[in-house]
Amino acid sequence: MSSHVSNHAKNSTHWMSRLLVMPSVSMLLLWMIIPLAMTLYFSTIQYNLLYPEDNAFVGFENYSYFIEDPGFWPGISNTLILVGSVLLITVVLGTLISVLVNTPFWGQGIVRILLISPFFIMPTVNALVWKNLLLHPVSGVFAHVWRFFGAEPVDWFAQYPLFSIIMIVSWQWLPFAILLLMTALQSLDQEQQEAARLDGAGIWSIFYHLTLPHLARPITVVIMIETIFLLSLFAEIFTTTGGGPGYETTNLAYLIYDQALLQYDVGMASAGGVVAVVLANIAAFFLIRAVGKSLTDHK
Amino acid sequence: MHLTLRHQKQLKTLVIGALAWGIALLLFFPIFWMLLTSFKTEIEAFSTPPSFLFTPTLENYLTINERSDYFHFAWNSVVVSVLSTLLGMLVAVPAAYSMAFFETKRTKSTLLWMLSTKMLPPVGVLVPIYLLVKDAGLLDTKAALIVIYTLINLPIMVWMIYTYFKEIPKDILEAARMDGATLLQEVTSVLLPMSKGGLASTILLSLILCWNEAFWSLNLTSSEAAPLTALVASYSSPEGLFWAKLSAVSTLACAPIIIIGWFSQKQLVRGLSFGAVK
Repeated sequence: MSSHVSNHAKNSTHWMSRLLVMPSVSMLLLWMIIPLAMTLYFSTIQYNLLYPEDNAFVGFENYSYFIEDPGFWPGISNTLILVGSVLLITVVLGTLISVLVNTPFWGQGIVRILLISPFFIMPTVNALVWKNLLLHPVSGVFAHVWRFFGAEPVDWFAQYPLFSIIMIVSWQWLPFAILLLMTALQSLDQEQQEAARLDGAGIWSIFYHLTLPHLARPITVVIMIETIFLLSLFAEIFTTTGGGPGYETTNLAYLIYDQALLQYDVGMASAGGVVAVVLANIAAFFLIRAVGKSLTDHK
Repeated sequence: MHLTLRHQKQLKTLVIGALAWGIALLLFFPIFWMLLTSFKTEIEAFSTPPSFLFTPTLENYLTINERSDYFHFAWNSVVVSVLSTLLGMLVAVPAAYSMAFFETKRTKSTLLWMLSTKMLPPVGVLVPIYLLVKDAGLLDTKAALIVIYTLINLPIMVWMIYTYFKEIPKDILEAARMDGATLLQEVTSVLLPMSKGGLASTILLSLILCWNEAFWSLNLTSSEAAPLTALVASYSSPEGLFWAKLSAVSTLACAPIIIIGWFSQKQLVRGLSFGAVK
């Protein structure tokens, strides 16, 4: 009797467990497959929203147009430079700052709150506040500071457009790295550190042999999450430079948006979309392998 | 000797403290400046050198509300964020429950696959989604945003809740089951109370992500369903002096989330790091 019940229960739980996962999996599956299939299809036909009737099959023509587009290589390199620089800046500074605020000092709690705040600012606000209140060549705070020291104010978004974007995006994501890393540091074994110090280990050796290995996992998570969001960075560019001047701040995401919604060329934009998806998958392959391993193995 | 050592230590703490405060104030300055500017008149906001001493005015906040009906956009943000979070929880909790407690051979690959859908760049599917939404007559509706936000946040939500459920010892659930608890009892009286914190942090993160989302909201809404991100973006090409008003609208758009963030930073970290940070 009891074995019958447990067997029955086992079957029903097995069945139910599938039923419970179903909604999530099927929703995500649809979300992935339908648009992707459509993008793939659009990428092989002629499709301009201005002439929607004319939909001839064109094979790979859209792809060759997209790759020959003057914005293509700038788009690729800007995407890589953006993601790479912001990752580097946020991880390095994030690690140093979280180590710094890990030692007790007066007002530690407030300092932590101030440090993490920019992360909660919405991208459009970030972009507009930096563009108009801080980096504006006439009335921006930076211009005031420059003038105070007798220097000529800089028109940041015109003279150093990509650098400016990297700066404002880093400002937003640095707090994220700090938030994760400084919390991770709180669980670092203090006694071990003390023992190492008594054994004569220097600050750098402690940092390298104890702190850094302890932060390896959270740093992987920071890199993964930031990469996800940075690869498709859009709002910050949309609200500040609009991809310009020229193609200087056009990343892949913005280039595709530009072709689809501003030039109405759905075919070419879709080819761009497929390229972006392929690139993202290459990145995802390595990231997911690294991160997925470290996250699921641990338990 | 003893004294100098202590002095040395005190000096070190002082230097570290000063450095940390310096960095923190520097990073926070843009937010402080935005808040300050929002209480200035447009003339003061534009003045050179910048004015620190001025009579604060609420004029900007009033003008914004008259000119662009702040509450319309704020309401859209609230509705979209809350409903999308609810919908997400409704779908994610059962999935995470099943994955955490009835693990099969495929569970891990399913989880990784879910995460990989996050890697799909939104621009890659912008056109099809735009057309689908348009064909469904859902352009510029809150419904479209709710569904899309749920879908883009779902992988992260499932992951987070999964990590929290994993921390609950299976024995406790089994014991409850042995005592004859039904599934519903098991969930409401054991599972939910034990993972309150985790679920709360998932909800918070989802709210923040929805509130700040600025790709689909900019591309799929124009006026009727436009949330605060779109309202702020509409201030990107204004006429005349507008710094103070821009600051006021930005402050209003960000204040709720910053405050939530301050109070829940510990919870958030656990969630954001998928349990890699406790």
